[in-house]
Amino acid sequence: MTGMAAVRARALNWVGIVPFAVFVGLFLILPTLYIVVGAFRTPDGAFTFDNIIGLNTASIRNAYWVSLKVSFLSALLGCAIGFAIAAAITLGGLPRQMRNPMITFSGVASNFAGVPLAFAFIATIGPAGLITMYLRTELGINLRLYGWNLLSTWGLIVTYLFFQIPLMILIITPALDGLKREWREAAEVLGATGLQYWRMVALPILFPSILGTMALLFANAFGAVATAIALTGPSLNIAPILLYAQIRGDVLGSPNLGYALAFGMIVITGAANMIYIMLRIRAERWLK
Amino acid sequence: MAFLELRNLEKSYGATRVVKDFTIGVEEGEFISLLGPSGCGKTTVLRMVGGFETPSQGAIFIDGKDVVALRANQRAIGMVFQAYALFPNLTVAENVAFGLKVGGVGRAERGARVAEMLALIGLRDLGDRYPFQLSGGQQQRVALARALAPRPKVLLLDEPLSALDAKIRVSLRTEIRAIQKRLGITTIFVTHDQEEALSMSDRVVVMNGGRADQIGTPFEIYNAPTSRFVAGFVGTLNTFDAVVTDQAAGGVTLDDVPLVIGRRLPVAAGQTVGIALRPEAVQLGRDPSREVVLPAKIVEVHFMGAVVRIAAEVAGRKFTIDTFNRVDMPPPAVGKSVEISIAARDFLILSDPVEGGQPRL
Amino acid sequence: MNRFMAWIAFLFGATYFALPLLGMAEFSLSMRRGVYSLDAYRAVLADPQFQATFAFSVVMALFTIAFGILLVVPTAFWVRLKLPGLRPLVEFLTLLPLVIPAIVVVFGYLRLYNTSSWLPMTGTAMGTNILLMFGYAMLALPYMYRAVDTGLRAIDVATLTEAAQSLGAGWGTILAQVILPNVLPAVLSGAFLTFAIVIGEFTMAALLDRPAFGPYMQILGANKAYEPAALAVIAFAITWACMALIQLVTRFSKHARAQR
Ligand SMILES: Nc1ncnc2c1ncn2[C@@H]1O[C@H](COP(=O)(O)OP(=O)(O)OP(=O)(O)O)[C@@H](O)[C@H]1O
Ligand SMILES: [Mg+2]
Repeated sequence: MTGMAAVRARALNWVGIVPFAVFVGLFLILPTLYIVVGAFRTPDGAFTFDNIIGLNTASIRNAYWVSLKVSFLSALLGCAIGFAIAAAITLGGLPRQMRNPMITFSGVASNFAGVPLAFAFIATIGPAGLITMYLRTELGINLRLYGWNLLSTWGLIVTYLFFQIPLMILIITPALDGLKREWREAAEVLGATGLQYWRMVALPILFPSILGTMALLFANAFGAVATAIALTGPSLNIAPILLYAQIRGDVLGSPNLGYALAFGMIVITGAANMIYIMLRIRAERWLK
Repeated sequence: MAFLELRNLEKSYGATRVVKDFTIGVEEGEFISLLGPSGCGKTTVLRMVGGFETPSQGAIFIDGKDVVALRANQRAIGMVFQAYALFPNLTVAENVAFGLKVGGVGRAERGARVAEMLALIGLRDLGDRYPFQLSGGQQQRVALARALAPRPKVLLLDEPLSALDAKIRVSLRTEIRAIQKRLGITTIFVTHDQEEALSMSDRVVVMNGGRADQIGTPFEIYNAPTSRFVAGFVGTLNTFDAVVTDQAAGGVTLDDVPLVIGRRLPVAAGQTVGIALRPEAVQLGRDPSREVVLPAKIVEVHFMGAVVRIAAEVAGRKFTIDTFNRVDMPPPAVGKSVEISIAARDFLILSDPVEGGQPRL
Repeated sequence: MNRFMAWIAFLFGATYFALPLLGMAEFSLSMRRGVYSLDAYRAVLADPQFQATFAFSVVMALFTIAFGILLVVPTAFWVRLKLPGLRPLVEFLTLLPLVIPAIVVVFGYLRLYNTSSWLPMTGTAMGTNILLMFGYAMLALPYMYRAVDTGLRAIDVATLTEAAQSLGAGWGTILAQVILPNVLPAVLSGAFLTFAIVIGEFTMAALLDRPAFGPYMQILGANKAYEPAALAVIAFAITWACMALIQLVTRFSKHARAQR
């Protein structure tokens, strides 16, 4: 009898997460799976690799390539600059009053993405932006002549950094706070220079957090549609914009090729996270 | 000049002076403890020697060289921290090798030295473990090995045992002292545990409010404290103020009970002098070889094993008396009237002025 | 040296962050030639499209928040209390939206829930709105779940639940009167963040063809010069307000906890 009751109790336990399971299943897993399966299907539902192979055109390759470049560079720069700023406000000996405003602002800026962010950058370094005009009228510098164009890869990177850097600051600041003062002092008294301490102790300890943030920033940039569209319109050839155009108007001329395009995006962000997880496991041998 | 010399060291944070006129000379191979209550400036002194704090004034000489201008990584000092501070991302062997590696020692020599150090601390087989896989006591031994590996001139330990549990604390105490003696390394050991300081050190510096109150061997510190603070901080003490009747011969009265100190007193007849007595210097019962015999009444009895601690009322004051446990002598009953005997030489005379006078700062 | 580098890094960051904000503020005030004016704001605020889309997004945000709380609080509570072995899996699932691009998920929605499917949600405006709300809830899931789970970690869920049960409380009472008040600051933090995310969201709303604030901003951006900058300032102010509210809530709850 008690056995039956225990089974029933255990079954009841599972009832508690049914709503969550249904929601995640219907609105996250199933839609994703549908795309993944669709990428390997002909329009009549037969299995095929043709869609994946069909991705191998100059235009699509180029879209992925630019996307990869923008995402990777903006993640890398975001990590590096964000790290420098976080280090400055935690370990750099700046007045304590500078720390909280920077963190609060990072909270705001990391969520200030999408359409309005693009407007802000257009108003600043777009063709008629504040800085562009100032440099032209006051200093006689025409940014265009120096090759600057906001509606380009680098324009996108500079814009993305506005949410990438704060995200890094938010994530890495607690990790930097976790570095014990004694580690630094122990290294120093053993004869290490500041650089040696960073190379041999601090960075290896921070490595998992940095990597994790890097993967997050990469996915963050790779899936960003709104900022790119508002900034450049549908003209810039990057994967998410291409996919956007495909969904709206089947520009590729084959729905299943669209699935393959989306599938490719999942593979890339998924791979970035796999690399992260593998590196992290290696980097964390010394963790409990 | 001593091997390690601190001369008139001062340290102020803003307007607060936390170390004042601190002067001591440590001989080569000597083991010195800084003992004092929390906040008295022990860590600050140590950190100035280590190179993490710049003295506001004064000089630090190591082996004849003034090191105040040198950074921590140029001073050839070994340091052990309270919270171990092992590098969590490095194995035990890599931790121990760290100082050698940044010092440019070659791989082969490094390996040999690490093995030697691990043998020294008795952790020969744990070289490949990470710090989280070690107990606290093991971690602290690794920290010691790491500090010693580059052959520093001076070893600094800041309360290295206080994060450990009681048993390990005692065993590691002996171990640290043995290693220190074997290597003959000049050592400063910071602690607020008097037993640690007394049992390990060649000399003890008792600190109070940023100052060195007394410097001496453990025996001197315990038996001849020169200030009320030292007397009270190191060990348990019965202190009382007596009125001097005879300065030259050492006669005083304690509430009309005459006592013979038998030595010249620092103050003139009619004035008050601070007298102290260790609990173990008081004997229960009448002992004809002791000069002073007083009636007393037992107030409390605490049986602690080897020692029986008794509180008794003597001349209207509460005395603490320690006697050794003896099988043939059960502790006295509370309320019993007894006699106690004291040898005149056991009285400690506290040279600083009694209450009401200006206390030393 | 060290401090010098720190100042450089800080000032670089401050400049980089300040310039676009300055740029958009200046631009938004420059509609009238030669003088600063609020004309762009006036034009935007008077636009009936602005009012309609903004109201739509606010309502969507409110529903998303309500749905998110109803979904996340009981789940996080239940997982902590009864299914701790499942926590890694649930946590992994809640983090997935950070990895799978939103555009891919909404692509899936369009195919799974179109008019000819088994659940034709996109067939009606209301159905699409509900689908959009689920999408938003999915986007906000990582933040909401983390906030609530962190809040739950701070209280002893098991003991509180047992205490309430011993007093005769049912699950609904426990959740609403014991657990929710204790994690309220966390829930509110998640809610404000959700609001900030939903109010300017573009991709999902545009692809599901809903008249939301995000697509409106994009269309305006493609057709006007000064109004977009004014919109950006407004959007920035909303984000800032949400973050300020989060800080306020957290500080207030720390205060309350310290007093106890
Ligand atoms: N960076 C600092 N700024 C201001 N005051 C300080 C600073 N560091 C230490 N102090 C003060 O200096 C005094 C001595 O501190 P120190 O750490 O040397 O004491 P300690 O003897 O080591 O005490 P403990 O036994 O508690 O470790 C304390 O009153 C402390 O508050
Ligand atoms: Mg200390």
